[in-house]
Amino acid sequence: MTLVTKRSSPNPSVPRSSPAGRIVRTVLRRPAGATAAGFLILLVVLALAGPLIYPHDPDAQNLGNRFAGLSWEYLLGTDEFGRDVASRIIQAARIALAAPLISVGVALLIGLPLGLWAGLRRGVVDAVAGRLADTVLSLPAMVGALAILAVLGPGLVNAMVAIGIIFAPGLFRVVRGATLAVAEETFVHSAVAIGSPTRRTLWVHILPNIAAPLLVQVTILMGVALLAEASLSFIGLGVQPPDASWGSMLKAAYVNQFDAPYSVVPPGIAMVLTVLSFNTIGDAIRDAVGLRRGR
Amino acid sequence: MSTRMIIRRLGGGLLVLWLVSILTFLLVHLIPGDPAEVIAGENASQADVERIRTELGLDRPVLTQYVTWLSGVLRGDLGHSLFTGKSVVTSIAESAPPTLVITIMAIVLAVLVGVSAGTVAGLTQGSRVDRLVSTLATLGIAMPSFWLAMVLVSIFSLTNPWLPATGYADLGEGFGTWLSHVILPSTALGLATAAELARHTRGCVADVLTRPYVRTARARGASGAWLVRRHILRNAAIPVVTVLGLQAGRLLGGAIVIEAVFGISGLGTLAVNAVLQRNYPVIQGYVLLCAVVVVLLNLIVDLAYGWINPKVRTA
Repeated sequence: MTLVTKRSSPNPSVPRSSPAGRIVRTVLRRPAGATAAGFLILLVVLALAGPLIYPHDPDAQNLGNRFAGLSWEYLLGTDEFGRDVASRIIQAARIALAAPLISVGVALLIGLPLGLWAGLRRGVVDAVAGRLADTVLSLPAMVGALAILAVLGPGLVNAMVAIGIIFAPGLFRVVRGATLAVAEETFVHSAVAIGSPTRRTLWVHILPNIAAPLLVQVTILMGVALLAEASLSFIGLGVQPPDASWGSMLKAAYVNQFDAPYSVVPPGIAMVLTVLSFNTIGDAIRDAVGLRRGR
Repeated sequence: MSTRMIIRRLGGGLLVLWLVSILTFLLVHLIPGDPAEVIAGENASQADVERIRTELGLDRPVLTQYVTWLSGVLRGDLGHSLFTGKSVVTSIAESAPPTLVITIMAIVLAVLVGVSAGTVAGLTQGSRVDRLVSTLATLGIAMPSFWLAMVLVSIFSLTNPWLPATGYADLGEGFGTWLSHVILPSTALGLATAAELARHTRGCVADVLTRPYVRTARARGASGAWLVRRHILRNAAIPVVTVLGLQAGRLLGGAIVIEAVFGISGLGTLAVNAVLQRNYPVIQGYVLLCAVVVVLLNLIVDLAYGWINPKVRTA
């Protein structure tokens, strides 16, 4: 989102705004879009503020006060070590935002240049990358991630890199498809005709024109990545204790389900709201730029 | 669909499978450092390392290794577990039934719930029912399946002791016992797919309703049920089948986590343990199996198009 705000016009009185500014405004005008954006901004603030606003030290154990219920002292109760759940949820918000960023970053690093190149120049890159994408896409995402983790070994960063690699082929296809369409436009033909080098054509002429579908895909992938992080942390291949992610908190809640059946609720809700916000914003951008929903 | 088309699709599928076999084979070789040492673990003796090196054939040229491995795979020999020496094919055959059962049940549930909810929502656009279905579908997509599983367990097993919280029972142990073990895992696994299907079905039905042929059929006095069955569902079926094909692979992946929640020792549990122990032959077997299943499903989906829509048969 920071990228978008930076690119919107610095002076609000300018009558003709950039397409990015228009997208942001259309998304924010809808109640659902504004709520989702508000929630994500809140999450970012909580994650950044972190230690300044924890009601309690998220790692401080108090074994005399395990599985405490809701109270003013402990807003969301305490966990199996008597740690404050509310503070841990806030602490885990950092991973909830950082983890998807790693995955989507890796996917962009692989999928964006290859997709742009394949869409404009076709040729060998297109053929080889296309086949490779088919191959990776023939595996369910979790299965592919498992295979990559078998090589890299478990851990949060490895898990998110694995998810990113699995995302790359899908992103490659979106970028390639959009580039193919833009590459037929007259301004691209003219740019190539007057000798614009490929790299310049891609960055200056094509990338800004495929930004909308790319943005939709990236937003949706953020939500999927968060779900994937939670799944992998749950089966023990992602975040390692004592670090807190919503997924690993759910794992702990699951182990102690007989003592505190209620404790599965807070991390779950936090996760659903975050994924929902990413999806809502993705859908809103898609509608704002008039892309068709579905495949 | 013409025979030529089927052969072409089959060829494409085989090519993808061959590429998957190469990637799967390379898994061991992509390990940073000496694979044999990494697999053996930190405390392994030099003899153990050498044993693993010979067992995996890592002392031979890569191409020879691949040819030997692939010819084994084609003969149905996926190698042996590095720790127990058990054949990978046997391990997979033993773990497959629970995974297959909960996945298939999840698909059945998802189709029943998703398609009917989506159809009703599409037929009554803008109504309260429609809005309820759309909201639930949006929520269902955003919800992690294993969280839903825990919530279900907490409601139906812990708070009210109606269903078992963990484990799996064979059909041989009685239908009731079997069903009681299967119902929660497959519900949790299938919900996201049901939501996805409901969304797509709703969209398709709404789209078909605007077509001239529906208006014509109505003008001819076609009854509501006939209209829905004959014109609307038949035309809406194609995108729905596509989504289902994509989702089936996802369910196979989703089963990994669901098995962990319910303590079911299926394929997913086998694979996760193999990753944690770096038991490469088992991982390779699992990945290959999943790829075969997905490629086969895609082929079936392609064939289903022809069966649903006569126009595609000649195309």
